[in-house]
Amino acid sequence: MSKLISENKTLSKQINFIPKAIPQSMKSLLRIFISAVTLIVLWQSIVLFFALPSFILPSPAAVFNKLLERYDILFYHSWITAQEIILGLVLGLSMGLLFALQMLLFDPLRRWLLPILIASQAIPVFAIAPILMLWLGYGIASKVVMAALIIFFPVTTCCYDGLRNTPSGYLDLAKTMGASKWQLLKHVRLPAALPALASGIRVAVVVAPIGAVVGEWVGSSEGLGYLMLQANARMMIDEMFAALFILAALSVSLYFLADLLINKLIPWQHD
Amino acid sequence: MPKQKVGISICNASLQYQDSNQAIIEHFNLRMPLGKWTAILGKSGCGKTSLLRYLAGLLNENVLWSGDITLHGIETLQDNIAYMAQQDLLMPWLNVIDNVCFAFKFSDRRLSDTDNKRAFQLIDLVGLGGQALTMPAQLSGGMRQRVALARTLMQDKPVVLMDEPFSALDAVTRHRLQGLAAQVLADKTVLLITHDPQEALRLSDALYIMQGSPAGAISLTLPNTAIPRVFDAQLAKLQQQIIDSLEVDYV
Repeated sequence: MSKLISENKTLSKQINFIPKAIPQSMKSLLRIFISAVTLIVLWQSIVLFFALPSFILPSPAAVFNKLLERYDILFYHSWITAQEIILGLVLGLSMGLLFALQMLLFDPLRRWLLPILIASQAIPVFAIAPILMLWLGYGIASKVVMAALIIFFPVTTCCYDGLRNTPSGYLDLAKTMGASKWQLLKHVRLPAALPALASGIRVAVVVAPIGAVVGEWVGSSEGLGYLMLQANARMMIDEMFAALFILAALSVSLYFLADLLINKLIPWQHD
Repeated sequence: MPKQKVGISICNASLQYQDSNQAIIEHFNLRMPLGKWTAILGKSGCGKTSLLRYLAGLLNENVLWSGDITLHGIETLQDNIAYMAQQDLLMPWLNVIDNVCFAFKFSDRRLSDTDNKRAFQLIDLVGLGGQALTMPAQLSGGMRQRVALARTLMQDKPVVLMDEPFSALDAVTRHRLQGLAAQVLADKTVLLITHDPQEALRLSDALYIMQGSPAGAISLTLPNTAIPRVFDAQLAKLQQQIIDSLEVDYV
């Protein structure tokens, strides 16, 4: 009887699992669509109701026209910003993981590195931006470093916490199986830390665009941040909004892409 | 009980954590018959798990140990033990078959086709045929502990150390798994740590009760019948006797 009940439970789990998976993504798409439409309607009503001039708040239609009209320029600058974000993410994530691993494996190093890591967070990234421009120039490098720096702390702490908090039972079991320190890291600590690392990545993909755009604001000759500053100076507010729209779309897509990949690659994270 | 070959004997042992000023185990003697089940009963915190963890090599740096451990049939404990804990300790990122073969990740020997075939046979043996590619999250508690049992069997070590492996299961599942474990680990020298007198009586060929502080062990004579035993009037009487002895520590 109990076997029957437990089998039933597993079966119902499976049944629940399959049909839910598809509508869930449809539902979230629908939610995004409804939110977007509501926002646009609200935006348009504000423009109409307050009779705002286009240099204060352009209408959604004007911004959409700008998107179509200046797509080549917008695409070029978006591509630059996207590169800065992606490279910044790669650099920041790998540095964060490396730092966390070092702190885990070499205890004396942790005692030296942790205060530096915390102190580094006390300095606002905005304040470092001009120095980075000075050292790395107005090109893409300073923005990549900026994006990497801004995600470095959350990634390192998430990784370090994940690596440090491996369930002790897993480690015990592997030790009784004769695992060496490196084997423990490779086969137990690292896979067990992946869900924590995933949280770090989720934060990183949201924050990295901020770093890149801040870098562009401080000094650059290309990128969406640069385009926004230029458009603002020339009172082309609709173009500024078009750039802002692309930046938001870029960040949101990046987040959903990361989330999708994480869920696919680390399916056990919700245990 | 007829004279049995001893697999592991511990003589006049004491165990003390380095950060504590009192030993948790003292004047401790234990004889584990070769290829049989030995159970250690005791209340929580009496030091039974510490003893098992010491034997598993998990406490070496943190404790002071004195006493002799004599081994028969094996050279060292270190390479000859398999460990089963209260939690199934299945790696959530590995499927059933990979969990069963987990020990190979730390071995110089590569997983051969024969090993792979054996892993599938063991999964069948513990009653999980067809579940080899299932992820642990999709299994019930009892099924997960069955996988842990298959993993222990796959290690094929002469000594199995079990730390309350069935205590987190419901009564029926526990009963079925006890029977299965007794059957599949029949030729192993098993040390079972438990706080359940019924489990100890059902499964052990030799039974010790840990008492006092620091704890020592007293041996209990058991009926000379094969395990898993059917719980009868005689075992019920023994159970009462065990509870009476354990009660001393609760006063």
